Order: sequence, then structure tokens, then C-alpha cells
Amino acid sequence: MGLVEKQFFTFAEGPDKMVLECGTSLGPLTLAYETYGKLSPSKDNVILITHALSGDSHAAGYYDQEDPKPGWWDIMVGPGKGIDTERYFVLCSNILGSCLGTTGPSSLNPQTNRPYGLDFPVVTIGDIVSGQKRLLDHLGIKKIVAVIGGSIGGMQVLEWAIRFPEMVRAAIPLATTTKHSALAIAFNEVARQAIMADPHWNSGNYYSGPKPSLGLAVARMIGHITYLSDESMRLKFGRRLQDRTDFSYNFDADFQVENYLRYQGSKFVERFDANSFLYITKAADYFDLGLQHGQGSTVRAFSKTMARFLVVSFTSDWLYPTYQSKKIVQALKKNGKDVSFCEIEAQWGHDAFLLPNERLTEMIRGFLDRVYRQI
Amino acid sequence: MSIVKFKNNGIRFDLQLVASWIEPGSRVLDLGCGEGDLLLYLKTHKAIEGKGIEQDESKVVRCIERGLSVLQGDLNEEIEDFPDQAFDYIVLSQTLQQVYEPDRLIRSILRIGRNGIVSFPNFSHWRIRLQLLLTGKAPVTPQLPYQWYDTPNIRVITIKDFILFSKQVGFMIIKAAAINTQGQEKWGRMITTFANLRATYGIFQISLPPDRKQLDD
Repeated sequence: MGLVEKQFFTFAEGPDKMVLECGTSLGPLTLAYETYGKLSPSKDNVILITHALSGDSHAAGYYDQEDPKPGWWDIMVGPGKGIDTERYFVLCSNILGSCLGTTGPSSLNPQTNRPYGLDFPVVTIGDIVSGQKRLLDHLGIKKIVAVIGGSIGGMQVLEWAIRFPEMVRAAIPLATTTKHSALAIAFNEVARQAIMADPHWNSGNYYSGPKPSLGLAVARMIGHITYLSDESMRLKFGRRLQDRTDFSYNFDADFQVENYLRYQGSKFVERFDANSFLYITKAADYFDLGLQHGQGSTVRAFSKTMARFLVVSFTSDWLYPTYQSKKIVQALKKNGKDVSFCEIEAQWGHDAFLLPNERLTEMIRGFLDRVYRQI
Repeated sequence: MSIVKFKNNGIRFDLQLVASWIEPGSRVLDLGCGEGDLLLYLKTHKAIEGKGIEQDESKVVRCIERGLSVLQGDLNEEIEDFPDQAFDYIVLSQTLQQVYEPDRLIRSILRIGRNGIVSFPNFSHWRIRLQLLLTGKAPVTPQLPYQWYDTPNIRVITIKDFILFSKQVGFMIIKAAAINTQGQEKWGRMITTFANLRATYGIFQISLPPDRKQLDD
């Protein structure tokens, strides 16, 4: 995908603020976004990628030739890849409430000239999608070939297809759900508690002092457990010890799995804001498509969509198990909508949607081709 | 006896016959669609709006890659969520002999579709009768190539049985064909006399009686 550039779009300036679902008005707002490929003259080749909890606008390519790693979905997005940038104009923006270029709790509150902290309003998946819609309006894009995303990105895909049905030709929700189970909320709550129990968190006011790094690291460690699976952890770590042959008989990281989680936790702290973690997990917990769009009925919620769907789940994903994807499929079928579904055999748990998988790539390629040919 | 010649389209002879019964532009659901050969053929040649159900992941992937709309799952379950009369034709090709509750499946087919097209290997073909008579062992033929202990075919159906079954369950047979296939099943002939003895496959187009909205349970 070569070199790419992060761009910014600011809106809701002055009195024209964005009204959020919680009732609060917010503005001005800035969205960080990136684009790959060329927008066709009729603007009919747009693909929107929606990212998950800790993702950002950097889905593909490199900012600099020296970058050690490309964007988070570079295996899927690029010339000749599953989402072919020689054919499609691909767009990805950082979600509202995040900390990677888009306005969130760590951004400056223009009224106080200090970071928002907990004064930042609680945003929803609906708000996140409305923000993306403003960006597309700004770019003059009226139709999208497909919205594609996994996990919390998948929730945005569903929200797009129902909130703006006339804009979305196709939707590819991966490893996602119409609402969090109690299990998923429980893990998020434990992760949030870890952050809020860190004395440096200071009710969200930590931007001028030490950060709640330990709390955020533990929150990330909890997250990582839910992204893996019993099988993948057995294969990846088993009970193997880290750099030693016997137990230390103290509380060092004896096991490889402990070392891995500590490493993931400390790496995350360098790039992510603890308050953003609280806000985004809350948005995911609040998401309930049936409640928000179907008066409690998922089937009724999907009656509004005009998109063709490709729904994909993964066998070892216990955070968003296959039965939750099947709920989406069932609701679409009951409405007589066009839906394809595949459960991919994968041992890597929830993380599987981000890992190289030829079957996923070929399905996305074939599905997009059918949609694009029919324009 | 009449020999029916289809252009060699690469699809199985029985599927070519099934395809010849399907009206252009109709909505078709293929239960157990495999890699989507029939759906792709119908899409290309008859501009149908097609949908498939298939259990095997790699076959589902192949279908979606080929631009077909396919759901992975068990056909007995997946058939349940479609609205009434969502399809013009529902194809159940060479699968009835593997179904646990055939009457329930036929009822579901005729709830969600105007027509069902059902085919199955004919278990009363003379070769099968002769094998059982002469060897005393469970028959193994090109159409039923399994041993008794590894066969997915849990039911033994004959053309005559299916006709009796239609009367018991209360559905109508609109069209019937008995065929004899050869040469990797790519070509074959229609059988018109002593079909129950001479045909390797029976193919039936079925529907609800005109005065009925659904079949009683």
C-alpha cells in the first residue's frame, strides 16, 4: 500500500454543535481519517472500514519508510488484496471518543482550555457513526459500496446499515453482535474498574501528572484474554516458563502467558488513553440494535436496511460467539434481506478476524465484486 | 425411451434436468448447494435470484467467492427463518435420503416456496435388487457408493415410495422424471417405462394442492 497520510476533518464549529444521543451538544469535533486508492469521478467506489476498540484510522500502508509495521489491516487492504485499492476508494476514520487523532476525553475542551477528562460526554455507537456520516458528507460521498469492520467495528457496520439505509449497498460485519452479552459487559466492567482503581486515575484528571498506567495495562491484559481462546493459549503458551527452568517462588512472571500479558499491557499504555478506554467500552456495552432501532426487536431493527450482508463468525471466538452472528442472519432472513453467512474454523479466538486468513480474504473479494458489478 | 441431450454445461445431468424446469427470473433456494454449480448455472443462463444453504465451510467459501448468496448451516434448521412463499423453487437435490424428518422438511419447503424440486437415488433399480438377491449383502452402486457402516444415506427411497408418500403427506406432484445417468453423471437418458425398475434417479416437482395454504402437521 505504500506511503499514506493521516488527514483531519473538523466540524460542528461555533454554534452548530453535534447533538449526541445522551442529549449533550459537543463541538467542535475533529476526525482523523485516511484514504487509500482513488475516488472514481462518480464517487461510486467507496468502501468504509470501521475499526475496533483500540484501532485507529491507520488501516493500511506506512506513514514513513522507516515504520516497523504497516496499518492494522494491511493484510486485507491494498493493491490486489481482498479489499483492492486499485478498484475501490477505501476510507477509515478514528472513532469518536478515541485518542488517536479524533476528539475524545484527552482532547482540549475549548471552554476550559484543559483536557475534557470526564467532562467529555458519553458517546454511543450511533454517535460514532453519525460522526463518520459527517465526514462522508464533507467528501461529497452519497453511496458506499460496503461498510466493513470487526468487533466494535462490526457494531458500527450494523448501525450504518440501519441508520443510513439509502447510503449502504453492502455490509460485512465480522465477529460481532447486535448487543453485548452479560459476559462481555462483565469483562469490560472489570477492565474499567482496574483503571478507576488506579490512584493516578484521579477521577479522570490525570493529564498534567502521572497517568493510570498500571490500571490501563491490567485493563488491556483482561481484554487480551478475551481475544484469545483456550486452544490458542494452549498452543501459544501452554505452561511454558519464561527464560527460566524452574519456578522463581516469588511473583515474577514465571509463565510465558504472564510475560505476554504484561508485555501487551505495557505496550498498550504507550499509545492509548485510559479515559478513552472507559468511553469506548461503555459505548460498546450500551449498543443494543433491537432496543435502539426496533422497539426491542432485532428483527424489526433490520427491516430498515437495504444492504446485502456478508456475516462472518469464527469458531473459537467466545467473546462474540457464533450464535450472536446467527441472530443477525436470522433477523435478516425473516425480513427477506439478502444475507450470506460463514463460520470460519479458526483457533485464534476473537482475534481471528485480524489475522491472515485466505478464506476470509477470498470471501470478501468475491462478495464485494458481486456488489460492485451490480452498481 | 427418449434420449435427452443437453449441451455439456459442466453440470451433472440430473441438475441440467432440474434447471430445465426452472422459469427464468425466478427466486431459487438450493438446499445443500455444494460449491454452487447449479445456482451459478441458473444465474448465468436463467437470470435467477439465487440463494444456497450448505453445511461445509470450504464449499460455502467457494460459493461466496463465486459471488453467490449462501448461508452456512444445517438445512433443516436454516429453512425455518424464511418468510412464507419467499421462493419460487426450492431444490433438494439427492439429499432427501439423508434427512432425518423428511415430512417436516417437505412441509417447510412448501411453506417457503411455491414449488419444490426433489431428487433422490432410486433404491429399487434392478441392479440394487439383484445385488441384494444374489449376494445377500447391502447393495453398493455408483449412485449409492457407500458401505452400510459409513453411508450418510439413512433412508431407502424408491420412486414408488415417493409417490405414495405424496398422497400420505398431501402434496401434489406437478412433474416427474426418471433418469438413468452414466459417464460421471454428466449425461444420461430419460426413462419412461418400468421407471421404478430402470431409473437410477427420480426427480419430482411438487407443490401444495391449489386449495391449500399449507400442509397440516
